[in-house]
Amino acid sequence: MHLISRVRARAVAMTGAVMLAASAAQADSYAIDTEGAHAFISFEIPHLGYSWLSGRFNTFDGSFEYDPEKPEASSIQVTIDTASVDSNHAERDKHLRSEDFLYVKEFPEAKFVSKRIEPAGEGKAKVIGDLTLRGVTREITIDAEHVGGGKDPWGGYRQGFRGTTSFALKDFGIPKDLGPASQRVDMTLDVEGIRK
Amino acid sequence: MLRNSDRRYGVAAMLFHWLTFLAVAFLFGLGLYMVELSYYDPWYTKAPDWHRSVGILLLGLVVLRLAWRLSNPLPAAPAGHAPWERALATLAHWALYGLLIIIPLTGYLMSTADGRAVSVFGWFEVPALLAPEKGREDWTGDWHEWLAWAMVGLVVLHALAAIKHHWIDRDTTLTRMLPVSRAAEEKR
Repeated sequence: MHLISRVRARAVAMTGAVMLAASAAQADSYAIDTEGAHAFISFEIPHLGYSWLSGRFNTFDGSFEYDPEKPEASSIQVTIDTASVDSNHAERDKHLRSEDFLYVKEFPEAKFVSKRIEPAGEGKAKVIGDLTLRGVTREITIDAEHVGGGKDPWGGYRQGFRGTTSFALKDFGIPKDLGPASQRVDMTLDVEGIRK
Repeated sequence: MLRNSDRRYGVAAMLFHWLTFLAVAFLFGLGLYMVELSYYDPWYTKAPDWHRSVGILLLGLVVLRLAWRLSNPLPAAPAGHAPWERALATLAHWALYGLLIIIPLTGYLMSTADGRAVSVFGWFEVPALLAPEKGREDWTGDWHEWLAWAMVGLVVLHALAAIKHHWIDRDTTLTRMLPVSRAAEEKR
């Protein structure tokens, strides 16, 4: 009897430990820190093939779930206000908002929703998901890298990543032809999330 | 001759009027043309540069024109004009003056929305007088286009009215804005 009860007690303790471990391994939810602007969605496109033009989207929102022990169980979703495009030139930004490019009157929102994550070692991963831009939804792959994470000095807990991807303007139905050197745009997603 | 008389417009008023017409026609055509150009077109940057430059020059011309208009006698309307015709003509003329000020201004506010100055053929620059403001290029751009179309509508009406007075009523409405001799005018 004594032995059985001890075994039982151990079993209960182990179950508890496993459950504790499982809860510790649960992915935490993070809100992307757009309030403090520790997140940037920027783009780069060659100009004539002679230089790089860069710009960004100033207004977006999103969140991610992240578990350092099980990165493949992570996910991310970001919504972008396309009218917030900013390339540091008002006339050009107006053109970028027009039907020739983002057509923001018709498509005010762009969106990325991850579908699966394939860890690639050393804090790197491929984030595969659907990008909706100018009304077209296509699967893209973002090469993501965990930059860092931990307690911040103000009582919060943060995790930060950088993701890069590249796609052809034509893939999303952007009609304006900027010339042979400028068919593709590179995008960089810098996100810092505050644990909810 | 330079100034208006009580019967007809003087040389200065005629120059102001027809120069304004040429500039407006040029700007409207160029405006429609330049937004359709492909990226590698040689005119892709030149056409907007000319549009902005001529637009600023037109705004200056219109300010001078208004000063001239207000400091000159206005030729009396030909006797055959009905009161409603006079009232409508006056309304249309002031609407045109208003548009000639507002349309270039919306263009200027659009181009200077990020604090950039507007260069006039590289001769001089008009600085951004208002503080940069995000998104101002959008609503000013919309109004620039809508008002330009409204102006073209009014110009067509204005021209049809002049033609009607010339060919149907056979009065001096049109000839007093043209360099026509007094003898030719009195035959009408």
